[in-house]
Amino acid sequence: MKAETEAELAEALAGADGPLRVMGGGTRDVGRPVAGAPLEVGVRGARLYEPGALTLVVGAGTPLAEVEALLAGEGQRLAFEPMDHRLLLGTEGEPTIGGVVAANVSGPRRVQVGACRDFLLGVRFVDGRGQVIVNGGRVMKNVTGYDLSRLMAGSWGTLGVLSEVSLKVLAAPEAEATLVAQVPEAAAGVALMARALGTPYEVSGAALAGGQVRLRLEGFGESVAYRVGALRQALGGDWEEVEGAASAALWREVRDVAPFAGRAGAVWRLSLKPSDGPGLLAALEKRGLTVEALFDWGGGLVWLLLDEAEDAASAAIRGEIARLGGHATLVRGSRELRERVAVFQPQPAPLAALEAQIKQKFDPRGILNPGLRGR
Amino acid sequence: MYMPPADPAILARKAQIIARLREVLPEDAVIDDGAAIRAYECDGLAAYRCPPLCVALPGSTEEVAEVMRICAAEGVAVVPRGAGTSLAGGALPSEDAVVLGVSRLTEVLEVDLDNRFIRVEAGRTNLSVTGAVEEAGFFYAPDPSSQLACAIAGNIAMNSGGAHCLKYGVTTNNLMGVKMVLADGEVIEIGGPYSDAGGLDLLALICGSEGQLGIVTEATLRILPKPEGARPVLIGFDSPEVAGACVSDIIRSGLLPVAIEYMDRLCIRASEAHAHSGYPDCEAMLIIEVEGSEAEIEAQMARIKEIARRHDPVELRESQSEEESGRIWLGRKSAFGAIGRINDYMCLDGTIPVSELPHVLGRIGEMAADYGLQVGNVFHAGDGNMHPLILYDANKPGDLEKCEALGADILKLCVEVGGCLTGEHGVGVEKRELMGAQFSDADLEAQMRMKDVFDPAWRLNPTKVFPLEASAVRRGG
Repeated sequence: MKAETEAELAEALAGADGPLRVMGGGTRDVGRPVAGAPLEVGVRGARLYEPGALTLVVGAGTPLAEVEALLAGEGQRLAFEPMDHRLLLGTEGEPTIGGVVAANVSGPRRVQVGACRDFLLGVRFVDGRGQVIVNGGRVMKNVTGYDLSRLMAGSWGTLGVLSEVSLKVLAAPEAEATLVAQVPEAAAGVALMARALGTPYEVSGAALAGGQVRLRLEGFGESVAYRVGALRQALGGDWEEVEGAASAALWREVRDVAPFAGRAGAVWRLSLKPSDGPGLLAALEKRGLTVEALFDWGGGLVWLLLDEAEDAASAAIRGEIARLGGHATLVRGSRELRERVAVFQPQPAPLAALEAQIKQKFDPRGILNPGLRGR
Repeated sequence: MYMPPADPAILARKAQIIARLREVLPEDAVIDDGAAIRAYECDGLAAYRCPPLCVALPGSTEEVAEVMRICAAEGVAVVPRGAGTSLAGGALPSEDAVVLGVSRLTEVLEVDLDNRFIRVEAGRTNLSVTGAVEEAGFFYAPDPSSQLACAIAGNIAMNSGGAHCLKYGVTTNNLMGVKMVLADGEVIEIGGPYSDAGGLDLLALICGSEGQLGIVTEATLRILPKPEGARPVLIGFDSPEVAGACVSDIIRSGLLPVAIEYMDRLCIRASEAHAHSGYPDCEAMLIIEVEGSEAEIEAQMARIKEIARRHDPVELRESQSEEESGRIWLGRKSAFGAIGRINDYMCLDGTIPVSELPHVLGRIGEMAADYGLQVGNVFHAGDGNMHPLILYDANKPGDLEKCEALGADILKLCVEVGGCLTGEHGVGVEKRELMGAQFSDADLEAQMRMKDVFDPAWRLNPTKVFPLEASAVRRGG
């Protein structure tokens, strides 16, 4: 069913007699497949938008495109640059802002400004009992009570169903430019990105895709021009400069993992200490695996494309993560694969125990996306 | 303010509890004598004091765990304490509680410039975190006014902010991981030097939980490259409304200054007498700071000044030197202290939507007049985080109560206009009874259930954050 209002949502959850598959636009088919009746969040529309306060409050079921158009009308944007999963996953439908928050989806700019959860000011949601809960608010600084808002971000609809989200927005920059250099070797590329991110020039994107290091600078025109020059000088070497729409296109490609779209194989998403990425890649290759990698966030985010055989190297990847720290998510894989292996990073026992109890507190009947984040 | 009566059974076992703590801690790490314990009777909310059962000052995570295991076995409450600078009474002890101070946990454990993080013990002061990476050209962004003294542990407990969080965010946006000890003594690690949570975002829950979920002993913090330069400009206006409109226009223009601070005449004068920053004597003053290279600073300054001039400022003065910038910030950061030199005061911390600034400032003035009290305003205007300072006379019977009543009215006003009770100081004991103004019973219940998970016996800082009546059953009261 589709709930058009928060009251309908609350009613649907209170009256539910079995598992529910919670969805916004249904474009992010990630996680262990959920057996449950679909519950679509259709609570739409902006409740409040104050450009002078950088604040947007919006129904969780509002299409992302609608949110972005509204902000663009005032020269603003969602600074965390949420990825559109449709290209990579081959899904259809309209991504919603609630889905973005529930999955804590952030793009290349996360390396500079933070994740979706960092822009989340507050939420309204309905828990597994059908109880409406309000947390946070619409102001930028708020430490009143526990932060359940960010807890909801990235919980993939397993704790509650978002009905409204309140976000901090930022001005869209006047100009952007990307410096591009050919660096075929991963370790050298990541080291170069680390050097760039260690400068004061406010690099807002640092990716290594197809042997190409890309560094983005954004802001007022004169400032971008200055920093492009300063960064070039600081890093040395040969750089090509790409500006405006062409630069934006490069980052859309990174954001949406376009190089892996439409190609066979499983896709893993790894978050780790940036300098660990190249070593992990080498370790996988040493095992004879054919892996293709795309590094974002200066190397802190690694996308891997590999064959589905042997559980898409699940054991090897989990082993490396256990050794290095961080987490890995099997973002794309066949249903069978996602039913067989853990999609999300299994947590150490003490944290898993806390998570299970938290889940039980929000959703005592276990009806919200059961199993999605793991058994 | 009401605190529940001490548990006589705990008081009766005081000697035994202290003896057990002495078994696991060095002699000087357990404080129970009258004179030494006085330093722990209160925090920055100095109007309220209470000597604790004793003070434990463990020197390692393992010692913290030992203390927690003993307190769990004895069923005694624990009040965690960073540096004791809380303005909300977050570290206010009770007579039957052990204060667990992390002041001996001050080591830098790891500095990794390539991956831009630092791992420190949580008792380390905020400013000395930056101190550890400054020479390499990095800094830790959250900068509460108390940063010289306040500990990272307290920053995490209160999710502290500061003047520069308009651009860099507050603690939760800069915290990557913690090691913490749970109420039963179990040591857990959450997060690390990588982005986002692998499971649920437990770090978000810990940050700002006011020491009610565990004792943070280590923290992994994001560090940032220091900007090439920074410069503040002072802009004076003859009314708060105009200053508020100017703030909104600047934000609207796409500029993102690192800080937009506001001070009113009362605070300007008090601060001037103390810090001699050269502030203009006017109704409302903004300190706006921008960062970047010299050319970038100049370009941003030109835009800011152009916007400001449209609002007929009575003063518009860009800092001319590092030294002058230092003095300008000194005046702002010591504003509370300067007021404290001339008067007793209570500092509020409500946040409001920026668009409501003129209205709320006007209403605060009216309400203060009704109470016959003076209120000074100094706050982070860019993000609407207000700090009304209510002046009162601690020696005058009834004045503190009057001050608290006005404070409660002001905070309710903040909530009414779409804001919140506290932007960066925390709820503590100070605002717990006001929580009902912002949250429904169900909202509070959802939060308290999280404490049930981490601390089922409700022994960690039990009388804070939640209205006493709401938490009574859980506390066993």
